Amino acid sequence: ADIISTVEFNYSGDLLATGDKGGRVVIFQREQENKSRPLSRGEYNVYSTFQSHEPEFDYLKSLEIEEKINKIRWLPQQNAAHFLLSTNDKTIKLWKISERDKRAEGYNLKDEDGRLRDPVRIKELRVPTLKPMDLMVEASPRRIFANAHTYHINSISVNSDCATYLSADDLRINLWHLEITNRSFNIVDIKPANMEELTEVITAAEFHPQQCNVFVYSSSKGTIRLCDMRSAALCDRHSKFFEEPEDPSSRSFFSEIISSISDVKFSHNGRYMMTRDYLSVKVWDLNMENRPVETYQVHEYLRSKLCSLYENDCIFDKFECCWNGLDSTIMTGSYNNFFRMFDRNTRRDTTLEASRESSKARAILKPRKVCTGGKRKKDEISVDSLDFNKKILHTAWHPTENFIAVAATNNLYLFQDKVN
Amino acid sequence: MFVRGLKRKCFDGEEDIEGTLAGIKAIPSYNLQRQSLLDMSLVKLQLCHMLVEPNLCRSVLIANTVRQIQEEMTQDGTWQMINTQSTGQASLDRLVSTDILCRSSREQAEGKHVPSYGTFSKDFEGDQGQDNSETMSTASSVQAPRTLQSNVWEMENPQENKGNFQKSLDQIFETLENKSPNSVEDLFSEVDNSYYDLDTMLTGMMSNTKMGHCDGLETFSSPTNTASNSNCKSDLNELDHIVEILVES
Repeated sequence: ADIISTVEFNYSGDLLATGDKGGRVVIFQREQENKSRPLSRGEYNVYSTFQSHEPEFDYLKSLEIEEKINKIRWLPQQNAAHFLLSTNDKTIKLWKISERDKRAEGYNLKDEDGRLRDPVRIKELRVPTLKPMDLMVEASPRRIFANAHTYHINSISVNSDCATYLSADDLRINLWHLEITNRSFNIVDIKPANMEELTEVITAAEFHPQQCNVFVYSSSKGTIRLCDMRSAALCDRHSKFFEEPEDPSSRSFFSEIISSISDVKFSHNGRYMMTRDYLSVKVWDLNMENRPVETYQVHEYLRSKLCSLYENDCIFDKFECCWNGLDSTIMTGSYNNFFRMFDRNTRRDTTLEASRESSKARAILKPRKVCTGGKRKKDEISVDSLDFNKKILHTAWHPTENFIAVAATNNLYLFQDKVN
Repeated sequence: MFVRGLKRKCFDGEEDIEGTLAGIKAIPSYNLQRQSLLDMSLVKLQLCHMLVEPNLCRSVLIANTVRQIQEEMTQDGTWQMINTQSTGQASLDRLVSTDILCRSSREQAEGKHVPSYGTFSKDFEGDQGQDNSETMSTASSVQAPRTLQSNVWEMENPQENKGNFQKSLDQIFETLENKSPNSVEDLFSEVDNSYYDLDTMLTGMMSNTKMGHCDGLETFSSPTNTASNSNCKSDLNELDHIVEILVES
């Protein structure tokens, strides 16, 4: 199994898609209620697997284009089929996933195996009937949106109008129409005329969940810009600029690197947005630009280790974050296969671990704690024992229920709220 | 003179630098570590340079860190301080570790007080003989990661050191950008015959990468490559060889 690079629930939560480093997409489907197996509700089983992207070679630049799936975003369901967008560094694809569970039988001219029937033997006309067959799930690429990005695509986001979507790379953001593959509009371009002057890149972008004219993009300098597409065709000038003033007492050479935002997500209600930087998660009120309304420390104990984390490149890890359906809890990953949840109302936070040893099926997860100094209590883990190769970068929360998906390298863990 | 009262978060297990009295003892240590951070960053940038398709975000962040260090070093007047205070082992260590940035500016720095790295190399002017070759070999052993800055091209075109530094960053970005049709050739022309030294040197350096060991970069102890400046210009055969390797991979 390959390293999982993205995890995403669809709008109903019945389907869960994962993309991996090998360009594959695996879709899980939630088990339906089943009287004979009352506990099976809530289980996700493999629904479809397909190869979304293949490695490519850019002959002009002599560079290989990785097939790793950077992001998957579902489209809202409009008919029996499911649609999702998946992207690697350069190309976005629209996939249609459809079911086939019936087969027409009883044709007049052909047998079941396709052989022509002898016309002499046909004595009467019959109407073909639909007979059930084993469920077959087919995935077919419906659109390929290519050649619009010079730099690596880091985000895609479907608009609430369900007709357009944006794709963002390090320096540009393009707007696409889902039906049109040979054209896209550039709506943000921060590439300087002289590349030597480049000091800031785009790290993530997302459309507002309700307002189809609004989107945000975050930067490597820890700023977020909110843009309104009604104001100009090219949204280089932001409508709102979110930045928290720097705390001079904690300034170091790594301040900028750790302020770089790795993920930005709107709340479901569209009133807030959440940003993830290296050490913290911040919740912003869209009406207040000068500072976040809430800040949660994910792993503050790493602040004194920044030099080593810079040395081994962990400081560049891009963690994602997500909201629960009610926007009351936020979740993000950390190292040592730990992931953290913050309850915005009670201000309580939990650290849990996604590992085989600590998660037997149906077992309740034990909260974990990292010992930051002094005497290590039993069951605590000290900072120096953390495994920095086990990082949880991708997590997803079911849109309505307390069901979470956590990707730990090449394993996917699914957890749910205690069921009594 | 050292600090504006800023608390350093940068370095693991570093002693506090509250008092300037304590600070004086800590100053060379801070500078050395800042220097090692700078060196580490430059190596990372060089690695980016070598990679097939560099991660632009990471490169930008590292380059910004490098600029920040350079600015602080310039503001601190650190280089002037090194000139005046030249006793003992501590300064020699500092000289060795910072040499990689100064090598190219040695030639230009004669008699000229240049801010940042230039003044540093004035120390070498005096002993053109033995010291020269020593530092030359140390320098050339780390030439590989600094191919952007250290090439003979630089020697032929004397510039302000700040310009050198900026130029190296520029070159990094230009190559990252891969804009020009000759970009592939540019990439190769900068990867000169010291390409192979990079591996040797990095293997030695990167083995120090562990949590809590952030001080390993003071010693660019080195491979025995004796490629001198005159070999900087790419040998055609070597270039072909490199092209073969890169294309095959």
